[in-house]
Formats: sequence, C-alpha cells, structure tokens
Amino acid sequence: MSAELQPGVPSGPIAGKWTRRRAELALVGPVQKRRHRVVVVGAGLAGASAAASLSELGYETLCLCFQDSPRRAHSVAAQGGINAAKNYQNDGDSVERLFRDTLKGGDFRSREANVYRLAELSNGIVDQAVAQGVPFAREYGGALANRSFGGALVSRTFYSRGQTGQQLLLGAYQAVAKEAARGGLTLLARREMLDLIVVDGRARGVVARNLVSGALETHLADAVVLATGGYANVYHLSTNARGSNATAIWRAYRRGAAFANPCFVQFHPTCLPVSGEHQAKLTLMSESLRNDGRVWVPGQAGDGRRPEDIPEDERDYYLERLYPRYGNLAARDVASRAAKVVCDEGRGVAPGGRAVFLDLRDAVDRVGAGALRERYGNLFEMYERIVGDDPLRTPLRIYPAAHYTMGGLWVDYDLMTTIPGLFAAGEANFSDHGANRLGASALMQTLADGYFIVPPSVGNYLATARLSPVSEATSEVRDAVASAESRIGALVGSRGGLPAAQFHRALGDLLWNHCGLARSEAGLVAALRQIDELRGRFWRDVRVPGSGASFNQELERAGRVADFLELAELMCIDAVARDESAGCHLREEHQTQDGEPRRDDAHFAHVAAWMHTAGGAPPRRLIEPLVFEAAPLEVRSYR
Amino acid sequence: MNIVLRIWRQESPGSGGAFVDHPLSDVDPGWMLLEALDVLNEKLVARDRRPIAFDSDCREGICGACGVVVNGRPHGGMPHATTCELSVGAALASAPRPTNGAGVITLEPFRTGAFPVVCDLVVDRGALDRVIMAGGFVTVRTGSAPEANTIPIPKADADPALDAAACIGCGACVAACPNGSAALFAGAKASHLGRLPQGKPEQGRRALSLVRALDDAGFGACSLHGECEAVCPKDIRTDVIARLNRDALRARIRGR
Repeated sequence: MSAELQPGVPSGPIAGKWTRRRAELALVGPVQKRRHRVVVVGAGLAGASAAASLSELGYETLCLCFQDSPRRAHSVAAQGGINAAKNYQNDGDSVERLFRDTLKGGDFRSREANVYRLAELSNGIVDQAVAQGVPFAREYGGALANRSFGGALVSRTFYSRGQTGQQLLLGAYQAVAKEAARGGLTLLARREMLDLIVVDGRARGVVARNLVSGALETHLADAVVLATGGYANVYHLSTNARGSNATAIWRAYRRGAAFANPCFVQFHPTCLPVSGEHQAKLTLMSESLRNDGRVWVPGQAGDGRRPEDIPEDERDYYLERLYPRYGNLAARDVASRAAKVVCDEGRGVAPGGRAVFLDLRDAVDRVGAGALRERYGNLFEMYERIVGDDPLRTPLRIYPAAHYTMGGLWVDYDLMTTIPGLFAAGEANFSDHGANRLGASALMQTLADGYFIVPPSVGNYLATARLSPVSEATSEVRDAVASAESRIGALVGSRGGLPAAQFHRALGDLLWNHCGLARSEAGLVAALRQIDELRGRFWRDVRVPGSGASFNQELERAGRVADFLELAELMCIDAVARDESAGCHLREEHQTQDGEPRRDDAHFAHVAAWMHTAGGAPPRRLIEPLVFEAAPLEVRSYR
Repeated sequence: MNIVLRIWRQESPGSGGAFVDHPLSDVDPGWMLLEALDVLNEKLVARDRRPIAFDSDCREGICGACGVVVNGRPHGGMPHATTCELSVGAALASAPRPTNGAGVITLEPFRTGAFPVVCDLVVDRGALDRVIMAGGFVTVRTGSAPEANTIPIPKADADPALDAAACIGCGACVAACPNGSAALFAGAKASHLGRLPQGKPEQGRRALSLVRALDDAGFGACSLHGECEAVCPKDIRTDVIARLNRDALRARIRGR
C-alpha cells in the first residue's frame, strides 16, 4: 500500500469497528466548537444533513449551493426509496445481509469496513427521517411499508411514492432551515465553488463565485466538507440534473486530493431512450418498476409488430431466462448490460432499436391497475406526458443511461480525503459502492455520511489538528483567487464562435461509445486521443458572451464543461489501467462466454486512486489493497 | 416549423426590461419548451449575443427550479406540470393563433413583489426559504430519534401529509395570485407537518410563525381567489390554507 493512502480502518471484528472508532474519536469542547468554522459545499442529502448536524453540535457552519435553494439539489430527483436493515417484513433481513448484498452488488471492489458501517447506520437514518416528519408509505395499521429493489431477495426499501429523494431532502433541508433560524448556520445559495484553499497542506476554505453578482468570494474555514454529488453529466446525456457538475471535486483533485476509481460509472437500466439530438437530459423511471414489470424483447430480430400483437411464446423475458433466481431484480449493471446485448443482436424495439420493453401486463392482472397507480402514480403520469403511452396498456420502452458515479474522491474510514481537513460525503466520495451500486443505496449512503459519520469525524480532526492562522492576505488564499480569476478570464476571453454545449455533446458521444457499457483498450486509447484533441479545440473555439462580473449562465456551463474535459481523460486512463472486468466496468477482453464480467482478484482487488501531478505529467496511480475478511471473495452470481 | 419566442429581457435587477422577439426555425413541436430555449441560446452564443437566462435543473418536474409564465400562465397552464414538462406543441396550443405562419410563445418571469427579477426569466425566490426558516420544520436533533415504528401513523394521515409535502417550492402559486400571496406554499408545509404526530408539538407555534413570516417576506394577503390551486404543478389544494388559518387562529386563542 502506498504511504499516501492510509484507510485508517479500526482493527478487530467487523461488527465492532464503528463502535470502537466512535469511542476513539477525539471530541472538541463546547466552547471550542463555536470557534471552529466549517464550510460545507453542496446542499443535497449529504451536504444538508452534514451542515445541519455540524451546526447542531455547535460549529459555526457555512453551507454553499449553486442552486437558488438547497431544496432543489439533485437528491430531490431520487425516486424509488432508501434501504434499511429493519427486517420489518420478517423476511430474513439483517445488518449482516444488507452488508453482504451491498458488497456483492459492488462486485467486491469496495472497502469492507465502510460497507458494514453503512448497513449498520441504515436503521438510524429511517428513524431520523421519520422523526423529522418524512411521510414514508404506511400500511393501513400505521406501520412503515417496504418494497423490493434490485440485487436483494428481501424487501427492505422504504419509500414515499416515487418521490423518496424529495421527501428525504425536504427533511434535511428543513433541518438546515431550523439551524439557520437558530443562527448556527449560514446558508449561501447561488454560489459555485471554483477552487479549494490549501494552506500548509491542509484544507482551509474555498473560493466561490457568487452566481448573481459574479463576485469571487473566499470562505475561510478550519475544515471543508465537499458534498457536491457525482459526475455522470460528463456523458452530457444522463439522468442527472442539468447543473450537476464535477467542478468542486475536480478542483480538489487538482489541489492534491486523490481521485478513486473514476471509471466506475453506473448505467441505470430503466431510463427513457434517447429521442433526439436536442434532448437536454434522460429521464429515469424508478427501478422499483422492476418489482412489478417484466423486461422482454421479441425473440426474433427485426420483429416490427406492436408489443401487444407478439404472442407469449415469441417473447424473450431475457432477465428471467438468464437470471432465474433474481429475474427482473438482477443488479443494475447486470440488467443494463443484458439490455445492450439483446439490442446489439438486433432485437431492440422501435424506434431506433435501442430500447427494451418493461411490461406491467401481468401485474395488472395480478393486483389490478388501481394498486399499481397507488405505487407508481407519478411515474406513470411522467411517462405518459413524455411518451404519450399509458404504461398500464402499452409496455414502457426503456434503455440504460448514465446515472451515478461510484468513483469519486478517495476518503479514509473517517471520510477524509488525502488533503487533511478536506472531507467528502455522498456521491462525491468513492467509498461504499465498489464497482456497482444497488438501488435505494445512494440515499442511504448520503445520509449515513451526513448525519452520522462526517460530524464526529470533523470533530476528531479539529480536536487534533494544529491550524495556523489564515486570512485573505495569506499567499495561498490569494493564489487560489487569482487562479479562479484567470480561468474565468480565459473562458470569457476566448475568441471562438461555438457554445460550450457543442463540446459537451461531442465529449458525451465519445465517452458513451468508448467508456460506456462496454470498454476495450483499443477504444479507450482512441478516446484519450480524441479527448485531448477536443480539449484543444474547446479552448480555441469556445465562445462565452458577457463577462465574469455579472449573472452569466453561459460562463457557468463553459466552466463545468472545461472540467469535464479533464475528468473524462482520467476516467479513460483509469479504465485502461483496470485491466479486468468488475461490476459496471466491462472490459471486452475480460468476459465469460455468456458475457459476464470476469474479475481478476489476483491483480485488481484494490482501489485505484489517482494523484494529480504538476506540469502536465501523467497522474500517479496509487493502490489501496482490499481485504475481505467478513465476506470472502466469491464470484458474483444473480442466476 | 418556425416559431417566435417573445421573451422578457432584463439584464439585471436594477435595469429596465422589455419583450424581445426571438424567431426560431426548424422547431419540432415535440421538443420540450426549455429545449427550444437551449437551442435558441446556442444560436445566440454563436453570434456573441447574451443568451436567455432561465432557471432549470432536473427537467423532470421535481426540483422546482424552473418557473416561467408562458402565454400569461405560470408553467403554461398544462394541468399538474412544470415549465420543464411543457412541450413546444403544448405551449403553442395556448398561444394566440399565428398570424403569418409563426406561432408566438410569450415567456416572462414569475412576477410578484416578493420575487425580484435577477436576469431575464430568473427571479429571486429566497423569500420562500425564509418562510420555511421561520418554522417549517420539526425541531429534532440528529441522533435523538426514537425507533421508526414506535408511533403508528394511520395511512389516512400519512397520505394527505405526503400530498401536501409534494410541494416543490416553485412559486407558481405566488406568481398566479393577484395579491402575490404565498398562503398555498405555507399552508402546504403546515399541513404536511401538522398532520403527522411528529409535527404536532409545534403545530400552533409553527402556524403563527409561518403567517408572520409571510408578511415579513413581502407576500400579499390571501383572499381565497383560488388561482394558486389552478396553477399548482403538484395539485396542492386550497384546503391547506384553511388548515394554516385554523391552526394560527387556534394558537392565538390558546396563546400558544
């Protein structure tokens, strides 16, 4: 293991590690807490829950978000639910089982101790949300209801119709509002972090742009928490909100934070297919539909008949055929890859042949249309509005789309990056999902990080760190501001004639083709050449009207695309270096005869964490070996 | 087809504004309206003109960021839909009949006293956050929650609580109200939390704080006009306003 990567996992049996760590964490005295300032960047589930909890503890907390209100952060769009090991259904669930499902779902490329802690904290999250007034679905008797999600044989997902993310986010947002009202927390909306301030090797604040006035602001702090989400928008078309971006974590990487497993990207199997070149984003249909829907394509290639005219024996329910035990609830990467395979065989459905059917016919017969409307009402409305079909009469047409990034900033067991004082929470870190995330686990992880892990970890850091005084005049602070200024100057000063969106589309196309559902060394090498060339053209030909000194959404877009153009390169470099298949990362050179990924545990049972090097030299690849003691390595199978 | 987007252009909060016609050719009526704005913006940028400023994020009707008055109606008047869920064809359907071939879609910001215009179609809805900060929460600290199934909540309470909690904070209700009232918004929060046992202890205090915050934030008074309900993309009903008023009245009488 590299000396630069110290995971800091407590010793002893896995079930006691978190308890032990909590007992070891140093505490800050109540009076001292008020003297420490913590900046939280991002106000989604991870950021809002961390900011509110830190403020409750007594730290002077500042929370920044680029949206006009924290309630709009992209966590709001999560539909299906949140997992917890409550075992309310008495179907055999336990912390142990949620841990093993999550580890196996991630194809054994995540840190075992983190995953166990996540499962352990899951129950407390549901308790916390209920106490905040999150209206989860209930049984008639008043108890909480559950449903099933992919990659699990138990029913452990808590939900609020198809808007679970929204309701959990409102819970966290209202906690932020409560703290802001009390005066412990300051909320700064419409701020975009443009650089990290590092002094004496420690994170000491951020440079942010006030998106309304255009002014650059420095927010100095004793610790910084990045909860800025993932980077699936690097593909241009993804299920992420338009504004979701990688700038904060990318700037942190450029300042010395290691970036782990950048090539691990989840393609969600149940999205609406691409429909036109001007499409702004791809729409997700909750995976919970796989509870009741059956996925199929025609048995014969080129079958142009309408789905209702295709008789039962000429349909191929390929997930049920290939994975009889999990069937339509196979893990996401498995379901996505299977869709690609049947479409590559020419059996995809019209228009365009890049779609499969998700059919609710049998569920309508079994439980009735009313019960299905109760479960998925708002999803059906959304589908009908966009596509024009009623999903209860005509099967939905779905296809995989870029959705979630398991990769992110490398963090130790305390969620601290390789820069002391810089923490990463939620999708922004790499920690818990390995090479594939299970459905309804993202909400769980963001809130475990924000409510329960970041607050004591930040305290431990502040109690033990020796911090030198920092002011606006400190040279590192002035440098960071100057560097953000010069980047803005380069964008608005470019004399080209093309909008940033054109480069973003081109980047998305080439990543989708070469670093998407299937990857090969030859394709990735070609992509690296093309990315380099595209980046050159971007800085030559981009046009950003107006200046940096005012409200300028085109400047925001261009800055984000500029960072995606750099991040895309690191993703491809990582995908080449990981010369195995694992979870979402299918290297065509490494698959079984049935097209299943073939892991190479002898050489790649590790986290790859990349360090930026100055002067244009290639990044350095560090390794954190993964050891599996509680759940021994096995070949993942959903058959 | 060819269309004209008649858009309110205003460079900054202090500057004046005016409608400007932006013709757009080769539009497919199946495009989403905001995608048409994206296309227009790319064309403007390529000619080094200032693109149209507008808020949007999720583009699937849940984040509440988008909000444009389309042909005089907040979110365009399509039932239970936000601006980002509106297609060009649907926007044209409510536009005046084309005179010389091109249909005209009129776009303007959510205008109301409490939402100052930031730029073009972007307004500052921070007043809504300030209302929530006044009391739209349950006072519970992280870590102090009891086991989730300790308090059974009848489905008959949980479902309407979620109906009210579905509010996305877009502000269409305020933009539609002739008084610029945010009573539907505040009422939705009072109903969401007031219907659940977790929100009961603060029910009266919350109602009083919300009502006071509405005034402080510069929203107008509610005269039960009902326009808010008609434009609400999440189908929040005016009974939440009655609930807020009842809670506030009861708290005033009881002194808490």
